[in-house]
Amino acid sequence: MVETPLFALMITLIVYLAASQLYSTVRSFLLHPVLVTVVVLIGILTLLRIDYEVYFTGAWPIHFLLGPAVVALGMPLYDQLRLLRRELPAVLISTSFGSIVGVISVTVPLTLMKVPHEITASLAPKSVTTPIAIVLSEGMGGEPSLTASVVVVTGILGAVIGPILLRTVGILNGIPFGLAMGASSHGIGTARAVEEGSLEGASSGLALCLNGLFTSICAPPVVNFISELIGSGG
Amino acid sequence: MLGFGIILLVFFLGETLHFIGIPLPGSVIGMLLLTAGLGSGVIRRKWIAGTADFLLRNLSFFFVPAGVGIMAHTDLFKAYWFEIFFAVLFSFVLVLGTVGVLQRLFTGKRSGS
Repeated sequence: MVETPLFALMITLIVYLAASQLYSTVRSFLLHPVLVTVVVLIGILTLLRIDYEVYFTGAWPIHFLLGPAVVALGMPLYDQLRLLRRELPAVLISTSFGSIVGVISVTVPLTLMKVPHEITASLAPKSVTTPIAIVLSEGMGGEPSLTASVVVVTGILGAVIGPILLRTVGILNGIPFGLAMGASSHGIGTARAVEEGSLEGASSGLALCLNGLFTSICAPPVVNFISELIGSGG
Repeated sequence: MLGFGIILLVFFLGETLHFIGIPLPGSVIGMLLLTAGLGSGVIRRKWIAGTADFLLRNLSFFFVPAGVGIMAHTDLFKAYWFEIFFAVLFSFVLVLGTVGVLQRLFTGKRSGS
């Protein structure tokens, strides 16, 4: 029974609902529902001796919805482009710059440390919202599960220490705050930015969408270029 | 269901354009097509709002199956956890600073403060 798709779907949903409940009670980003769900599910699957492949085949309908969810991002993108249209030129410059910096600054140290290409490709899209990051990682020869974990960890890092770091350079709120949170830590950073206000939330959401777009464009060529330039990279 | 139909259709168009040779993931092309559709009035916001809200509210749930996959790759993670953590932290701080400081530069200039 535990190797059926029904079990995989049911256990994923139940654990996620429980983790969401825990999160809304405790409200600490360190207990982000995805992180808790993944850890608990790995425990359950290990205990019941269910292979990941068997689980994933069952849970595939959930995974499939990532694609439609990325498409759905087009709606907030449209809303926020309208809302922030006066700031758009500046926003486009800072977020596109942020995307390129994001890819280069993770690819260069990893290549210099002679980490296998699989890991570099998995980490290059780490500041991008998970559904887009997973597709990019797959396309570049990365390991989507490693990408998913690293992206969630990056998001949590952003929600917890992002506002503290921004304060040290004098950014307390407003569009710069929202954009920086959304560009560096995607959806989890946006959830934190929303707490500051609707302007911060909207600009963070916009940065999330634009960063996803710009990183999709620049990550594959940049990663290729850097690994050829610096060396084998595995 | 209308909203879901429209989103799947847009997703399919995106995948098709990707297949033809646009070097972006099909879903990302779909995102842009949806924005363009809403902007041009071809797609009405009310047709898709319910479905899009549902998908976006539950976004983190959809990447659980992929995230669990780390259990099949613990060796990779164990061998390189330091490199991974260092690169992620380093890059995170740079992106946060770049975007925040650049944007403040622009905003500050225009408002004259």
